[in-house]
Amino acid sequence: MSARKPYVRPMDGWWRRNPFFMRYMAREASAVFLAVYAVILLVGVFRLSQGKAAYDAWLAALTSPLSILFHLVALLAVAYHAYTWWKVMPKTMPMLHVGGRRIPEITLSAVGWAAWLAASLIVYVLVRGL
Amino acid sequence: MADNTRTIEIEVLRYHPEQDTEPHYQTFSVPFADDWSVLQGLQYIKDDLDSSLSFRWSCRMAICGSCGYMINGEPKLGCRTFLRNYYPHKVRVGPLDHFPIERDLVVDIDDFVGKLEGIKPYIIPREPRTLEQGEYLQTPAQRDQYEQYSSCINCLLCYAACPQYGLNPGFTGPAALALLHRYNADSRDEGWEARSEIVNAEDGVWRCMLVGYCSEVCPKGVDPAHAINQNKVNSTLDYFGVLKFLMPKGAAK
Amino acid sequence: MKRANEPIFWSLFGAGGVVSALLGPILILITGVIVPTGSGVPPGAMAYPRMLALAQSWCGKVVLLAVISLFLWHAMHRIYHSLHDLGIHGGAGAAAICYGIALVATLATAYLLLIIGF
Repeated sequence: MSARKPYVRPMDGWWRRNPFFMRYMAREASAVFLAVYAVILLVGVFRLSQGKAAYDAWLAALTSPLSILFHLVALLAVAYHAYTWWKVMPKTMPMLHVGGRRIPEITLSAVGWAAWLAASLIVYVLVRGL
Repeated sequence: MADNTRTIEIEVLRYHPEQDTEPHYQTFSVPFADDWSVLQGLQYIKDDLDSSLSFRWSCRMAICGSCGYMINGEPKLGCRTFLRNYYPHKVRVGPLDHFPIERDLVVDIDDFVGKLEGIKPYIIPREPRTLEQGEYLQTPAQRDQYEQYSSCINCLLCYAACPQYGLNPGFTGPAALALLHRYNADSRDEGWEARSEIVNAEDGVWRCMLVGYCSEVCPKGVDPAHAINQNKVNSTLDYFGVLKFLMPKGAAK
Repeated sequence: MKRANEPIFWSLFGAGGVVSALLGPILILITGVIVPTGSGVPPGAMAYPRMLALAQSWCGKVVLLAVISLFLWHAMHRIYHSLHDLGIHGGAGAAAICYGIALVATLATAYLLLIIGF
């Protein structure tokens, strides 16, 4: 008769036990803010289809302090998503070599961050230019 | 011992199944020299304080992969972690997370061994090679494609780091998938098809959520997160039937 | 071992991830902070005639559909998998709700953009 009695530890609260996991959960949680924002835009398109009065009401609602606060928090959350997205993007790509040398992952991430900055500037300029 | 020997508190998880229903921590006062590893601390406990303490170890130079433990909540090799870096605070040593505890710091790794064997960890050529054909020729660039993935010492720190493995023990896991990629990426191998069932399964690459902690804790720079997530792309291309156009070498079953 | 259908959802997740990692923060900043507080952009940047013209243009329709739809395919995939991380085992029902939201939003946006006209 074996004396073995393997003990299986529960996983409850696993992500609270390590700062690395906390950052992972923060990254995952950014999706909630992204989803809510997308729905806000969807409602905007809906209001747009209903005519000027309905659309203006949606636009006015965006000026409420609660809305601005939500968008500020969402901005931080989605910016964290964007930062971490380009940080991990090289993990999905094969190893790249130039002139016999490996291109470091941070270089690839930097290209992503640069694209993020460029896209943001282009959008801002376009909106201002309108 | 030198006059300026310091003493550190090492808190170790104890579990003796023949008498315990649950694990509990026990604290030992360990005098240590400046160059002592956590492993040496454990060896002092076993040699001088409590011979019933059980733990795995062998080479004490970070190549055998035996001495993986949770040290202050982080998966580390005992032989490569130093008491001086924790002094004067307590060092808490526990068995690797996500594995069943057999006894004290010893965990049951049968699941992992089965998975390692299951990924077909050997060169699968298109056709069997005869002696007359001579050796395979491989350029340094071709060797680069898989070398880091061949550095795995099976220490299981990555499994202890991976919450997805903890939540789903069916997950093939970082080290096994890294080794699988090591063979797929080897120019001598044409076994993608043979291994694809494992890659493409729910418990294959798709259980990975790119937490990324596995690559963070790996003592050998294997970067299992890279091995797995590259293969999400391959698995996707395979799913949509276009992988074969990008893999002219073809398949061997 | 059962073959996963994940590639479909992962592809949408990836596309949405790229679009939101490029445009997410700036769009939130503009539509949610800058325009409502009237700072940094000309007044009327999001006025009805301008937005209607945008939604009626082919380019505008593509951008609006891509942003709303892909943001949601990305977010719902992440939310669905996070449920599992939190110990909530919703199974096929949770998947249906999560991806269903993304699908409904995609169809609704496409429909609205059509009825808005050209």
